[in-house]
Amino acid sequence: MRGGRDTRLLLYLPLAAAAAAPFFLSDYFQHMAVQIAIWSLVYTAWALMGRFRLTSLGHGAFLGVGAYVPTLLWNNYGVTPWLGIPLAMALAIALALIVGYPSSRQKVVGHYFALVTLALGQVVLLVIVAMRDVTGGSLGMTPHTVGHSWYALQLPNKAEFYAVALVAWLAGLVAWRYVERGMIRLALESIAEDEDAAESAGVDVLREKLKITAVSSGLTALGGALYAQYLMYLSPDAMSGVGISLQIVFAAIAGGMYNMLGPTIGAAFTILLTEGLRVLFGTHFVGAANTIYGALLVIFIIFMPRGIVGLAERILARPRVPPAPAAPEPAE
Amino acid sequence: MTILLNLERVSAGYGSFAALFNVSLDVKNGETVGVVGANGAGKTTLLRVISGLLPPRSGRIDFDGESLAGAPAYRVVAAGIAHVPENRRLFPRLTVEENLRMGAYLPAARKAFAERAAWVYELFPQLQARRRQLAGTLSGGEQQMVAIGRALMTKPKLLLMDEPSAGLAPLVVEQVFALVRRIRAEGFTVLLVEQNVRQVLDVVDRAYLLETGRVKLAGTATALKQNPFVQQSYLGL
Repeated sequence: MRGGRDTRLLLYLPLAAAAAAPFFLSDYFQHMAVQIAIWSLVYTAWALMGRFRLTSLGHGAFLGVGAYVPTLLWNNYGVTPWLGIPLAMALAIALALIVGYPSSRQKVVGHYFALVTLALGQVVLLVIVAMRDVTGGSLGMTPHTVGHSWYALQLPNKAEFYAVALVAWLAGLVAWRYVERGMIRLALESIAEDEDAAESAGVDVLREKLKITAVSSGLTALGGALYAQYLMYLSPDAMSGVGISLQIVFAAIAGGMYNMLGPTIGAAFTILLTEGLRVLFGTHFVGAANTIYGALLVIFIIFMPRGIVGLAERILARPRVPPAPAAPEPAE
Repeated sequence: MTILLNLERVSAGYGSFAALFNVSLDVKNGETVGVVGANGAGKTTLLRVISGLLPPRSGRIDFDGESLAGAPAYRVVAAGIAHVPENRRLFPRLTVEENLRMGAYLPAARKAFAERAAWVYELFPQLQARRRQLAGTLSGGEQQMVAIGRALMTKPKLLLMDEPSAGLAPLVVEQVFALVRRIRAEGFTVLLVEQNVRQVLDVVDRAYLLETGRVKLAGTATALKQNPFVQQSYLGL
């Protein structure tokens, strides 16, 4: 497919330039770039499941585990996040599997699956709030600060943190590529279309679902950990609230969840939009920014179900593909 | 001839509803066996039990010296049983070739994909021309070819076919039964479930007649065709 390759080059070059640009820009833009990179990772992780109709409304749970576990280990036991983060990812994966195993066994799919994940997000949120003595409850907590330290992954220098976030984002893209190219994509697509038929074809439905769930939850936890390390403040609502879980869903869909770069575009779009609206409206018209943001998302989901990237693909593909010649009637 | 598949007093059902009662049945190597019966007789349930989509309540299922009762579907496929499900159950938004690729999902079959695909295309040349087309856009008869081709990709020892003529126009039904004859001629062992009693009895060696979840009659196709009960209730003679 030559058209596909051209399109990709057209996308990759500006993207690489855009990814490198923040290193030369002001603190403010670096701050936005870090956020975009981290959320791109999270949205990509979510879309790894979402694209196969495993719609999770509770990815905030994994974000929360990723954020709180390394911070708690650091504050209470002085464990470096370099150990705490993999541990948090492992815990998030374990949590995902504990919920995913029975759901898959009982064939909980579609809306019911979404409800189960919604409940999972709430459970994690409530646990964080309830463990007030350790987590600070609704007030949130901060990691003990030690100034600039790679050991503690506390990097007040935004360019350095951006480099870390970029690596993590790339890890998400690598995972996506691995899935896209592998048999697992066909397996999961067939499961999404017809679970029984996939099983009849020899797909171990349970295992494939759990595999993608593990990858998705682990990467989301990584995103949560980085977000906490970057903000140096974590609260249950900011990490595991319903709002966050839904933000993940909306942004991934807005960008386009069937394309490797869709969730990234979704992150850039939503963050720049929020920021733009905030700057535009300032302190006037309180709530106007959020209202416009919400309205735009609704319009997106109704009219562009394949997201910005899906729309771009359609526009780019149009002039390249000549109208199909009238197909010969199938010989019956 | 050695017995390939043997079911002994198998019972199964859904929730509190029992659909199969003590069904015993066998298929020998190289045979084409039919299971016929009206709607709701338990034919599809029987195939779902054999292919591992529904665990039996009781009874034995032996296949090629291996016990398969309660084994998950992917293990049944690995053991050598391929299932052409009712209504074809293709993956409509995957291409013809991707559907075949799904048929060769098992690691052993995956390695032989190119060779098997070439063989399926030889069997159904029409599919070759449409390999990049989405399976959902094919005609009913072609979809049935894809469904059979997908099942053949594992080179199964036994092919289960569930109502291959369901929902197809009479002309296409003829084609589908012609396909069954070809599969048979290729030397495959086939267990065929159908409502279309008359046509099934023309392609199988033996058949079982199911009524409300029980085996009512069994015998060679010729014997069943001449059975007064079958003639009256199923052949309308």
